Amino acid sequence: MSTANPGLHPSQPKTAEMAERMEEVKGRSLWADARRRFLQNKAAMASLVILTLVILFAFFGGYLSPWDIETINWDVLGNVREAGRPSFATGHYFGFDDSGRDLYQRVVQGSRISLAVGFIGAGIAVMVGTIYGALAGFIGGRVDSLMMRFVDIAMSIPYMFVLILMLVVFGRSIYMIFLGIGLTAWLDMSRIVRGQTLSLKNKEFIEAAMVAGVSTMKIILRHIVPNLLGVVVVYTTLLVPGMILTESFISFLGLGVQEPLTSWGALISEGVKSMYYGTWWQLAFPLAFFVVTIFCFFFIGDGLRDALDPKDR
Amino acid sequence: MTALLEVRDLTVRFATQDGTVTAVDRISFDLHKGETLGVVGESGSGKSQMVFAITGLLADNGTATGSARLEGQEILNAPASVMNKIRANRIAMIFQDPMTSLNPYMRVSDQMAEVLVHHKGMSKRRAVQEAVRLLDAVRIPEAASRVTMYPHEFSGGMRQRVMIAMSLLCQPDILIADEPTTALDVTVQAQIMQLLADLQEEFGMAIILITHDLGVVAGACRETMVMYGGQLMEYGTTDGIFESPTHPYTRGLMRAMPRLDAEGGELATIPGNPPNMMNMPRGCPFVPRCDYALDKCWQERPRPEMIDMPGEDETRLRACLRKVEELG
Amino acid sequence: MTDHSTLLKVDDLRVWFDIKPQGAMPWTKPLKLKAVDGVSFELKAGETLGIVGESGCGKSTLARAIIRMVPAETGTALWLGEDLLSLDRKQMRGHRKELQMIFQDPLASLDPRMTIGQIVAEPLKTHFPRMSAKEVKEKVRLSLERVGILPNMVNRYPHEFSGGQCQRIGIARALIVEPKLIICDEPVSALDVSIQAQVINLLMKLQAEMGLSLIFIAHDLSVVKHISDRVMVLYLGNVMEISEASQLYKSPGHPYTEALISAVPIPDPKANRARQVKLLDQDMPSPLDPPSGCVFRTRCPIAEVRCAEVKPELADRGNGQAVACLVR
Repeated sequence: MSTANPGLHPSQPKTAEMAERMEEVKGRSLWADARRRFLQNKAAMASLVILTLVILFAFFGGYLSPWDIETINWDVLGNVREAGRPSFATGHYFGFDDSGRDLYQRVVQGSRISLAVGFIGAGIAVMVGTIYGALAGFIGGRVDSLMMRFVDIAMSIPYMFVLILMLVVFGRSIYMIFLGIGLTAWLDMSRIVRGQTLSLKNKEFIEAAMVAGVSTMKIILRHIVPNLLGVVVVYTTLLVPGMILTESFISFLGLGVQEPLTSWGALISEGVKSMYYGTWWQLAFPLAFFVVTIFCFFFIGDGLRDALDPKDR
Repeated sequence: MTALLEVRDLTVRFATQDGTVTAVDRISFDLHKGETLGVVGESGSGKSQMVFAITGLLADNGTATGSARLEGQEILNAPASVMNKIRANRIAMIFQDPMTSLNPYMRVSDQMAEVLVHHKGMSKRRAVQEAVRLLDAVRIPEAASRVTMYPHEFSGGMRQRVMIAMSLLCQPDILIADEPTTALDVTVQAQIMQLLADLQEEFGMAIILITHDLGVVAGACRETMVMYGGQLMEYGTTDGIFESPTHPYTRGLMRAMPRLDAEGGELATIPGNPPNMMNMPRGCPFVPRCDYALDKCWQERPRPEMIDMPGEDETRLRACLRKVEELG
Repeated sequence: MTDHSTLLKVDDLRVWFDIKPQGAMPWTKPLKLKAVDGVSFELKAGETLGIVGESGCGKSTLARAIIRMVPAETGTALWLGEDLLSLDRKQMRGHRKELQMIFQDPLASLDPRMTIGQIVAEPLKTHFPRMSAKEVKEKVRLSLERVGILPNMVNRYPHEFSGGQCQRIGIARALIVEPKLIICDEPVSALDVSIQAQVINLLMKLQAEMGLSLIFIAHDLSVVKHISDRVMVLYLGNVMEISEASQLYKSPGHPYTEALISAVPIPDPKANRARQVKLLDQDMPSPLDPPSGCVFRTRCPIAEVRCAEVKPELADRGNGQAVACLVR
């Protein structure tokens, strides 16, 4: 029975020299596997395309029409129901809002604000939450208990109340909104990351790194965080629409961004009020954008979760 | 003598994202009343999928073809209504991990009584009495007081006994044990194997014992079937196979096992890796690792053939293109 | 190459864990789980010490305590004269390149997001941060070659390899810093028999080539006996016997060793039938409440009254055997 070179197929090179001349085979990483699965998910891919279009709309849509968000068209004012309809010819693609301003530009503006709140708020939540959760989970023991008790207490405070309080006390600037929303969302993220860290901590490859003498910080950054990214990414894509929804709710209450800046929520709020007068476009357009974007995020999040599901490996 | 269970050309295929996997490839065997058949194989041999197919427990993406007759009745791919009467009643199965085979939220008495109430129409009270009787038979101490406990209150070895007791409630004709002792300590394993032998004497059921441990097979089974890559490699009496293995894989397996009664030194290994079920050779599944492979072995699949073994009163089946004499 | 100096001397090592009983108030005193309760042994350079025992005997905990992965209650572990258990983190880190470990689950011991090249390089980069990238690459290549993995596979990921290959990669990672001692924690339990033999042979070959010492922990007595020079038998955190491997089978000193050996099924049907299996009574006691005196007495066939009063010390019986038993 041969004991030489176990693991070699007869067609593989039998000596190291032969192998040297062979090119290094490129590995197939787990990310590549996940990407392939994601690309095959039609709903997720379609959502990605649509979302990209919405983002492009937010950045460049303003150039497609000659109007702006502030100028009031005095002729239309008072007669929005007849004169304020959407019209391709005049360049008022979405019509006028109740104050005689071009709705198209305002929707573009609103998209910018809403998406910014979504992404930036989620970005803050992810960064703070991930580091906090990973540290708590990895260090464990009393530090972990303390850190998570703090999170528990913070979570029990109704965030909407705190947010509204902040906005009333410190004023309704856009930065306050970023801060407020970001400050509440990281709590959930830290819990999720901590849970994942705890389960990773017991994996043998972490033990192997500790036995090899790798420092704690390096273990967290090199081993734990990359293996967390899957969960973090999925949760983030579900976090963004949550932020947009929160912001919309605040705007709906009348506490959102200051005029002339606007957001989808503010536009929807105005649109609802004027719905009775038959100016359906004032509600329809912002609402459509809002709903479509949220749906896209959900489909993408689902697609990512399926793609990254370890069960398939 | 007609066999209790006749399996012919059993094939199991799975439809996966990366293609079709043939886990079991035309296996045929007979199981007689009161007989113990050992099925030996490593990962990828298809031994577990084979019995899942027979008992109708295949995953959704698996299809079984061929035939499995229980006393003349075709049970392969039989509808759920038929299989639900056969499972536990005529064919019982115990698995490797007793913790996941027992419902952690139900008391043992409830789980066991459920089987009898369903299959034999017993009253709950009678069923629990019967359960206690069987727990006694599997030597669980203080069975009457223990029966109302939950699974997590039993140790690993005891849980496996509970599983065995559950499987015997309806006095099945066949007991299939899928790696029943792999997760247990060796002293517990010895107890369980002894228990199975005693129970077989008492209840008279046939046993299919699936394992990768040649030692277990040597101690418990009268007949042995060796599988590799979903195909049958060798089949015969245990005594015969251990004394004179005729297949390169069987020989390799025996030589690769470290034995307590042997001296140290280099172990004779089987080179290569376990089979990649996505990428099986066209011919014999063992060919990438076989020391005796010829070119034709890559192309032609060997069918199990009966050969006469001198000194044995029962014949041997082996699937190899090379003759026994050529193996040296 | 044979250097018989003592590499590691462990003296009265105890590892106790605090366990809060279920549903206890936060102020109740926790129970003590005595995972390792007074283990002493020596390891010489170039030798393989096997540690064998069933689940709950404390073998894995013992290994982890020596390399400071779990805290020890009392005891010393003299490594080349220095007590590992009294070092601070920085000092311990310096020794880590001399003491390496390989694990039970080959795939789980490799970070799934890193290439095997990065995985094998990590210990090297940790202990020699100033080494040039070129040198690191060369050493990785050499290490992989030594374990039989082709160097052109460095960019592959762990999930693309089989279990046996993953274990080799783990060995390559342990070897790259040229340690003096490798602790092998059940390294072949998760592998198929034919692959087990390959890995065992590899470990023995590397030991001879590199003058390594090995602590080989396993529950499979046949495997441990095959690879070890001496074998230590643990039960409930206590040493029952330390013996030359060859002696262990021929004349086991301790009744527990006897029971273990008789429970191991031999892959030889006739030999199995001829044997008398000594079955142990009852279940293993809980390490939360170990029996007084000799911990084995509750299941020991020859236990006497005095066994409950005095804990037997490990006594040299000559013949390369040391046994902890009052009766034998």
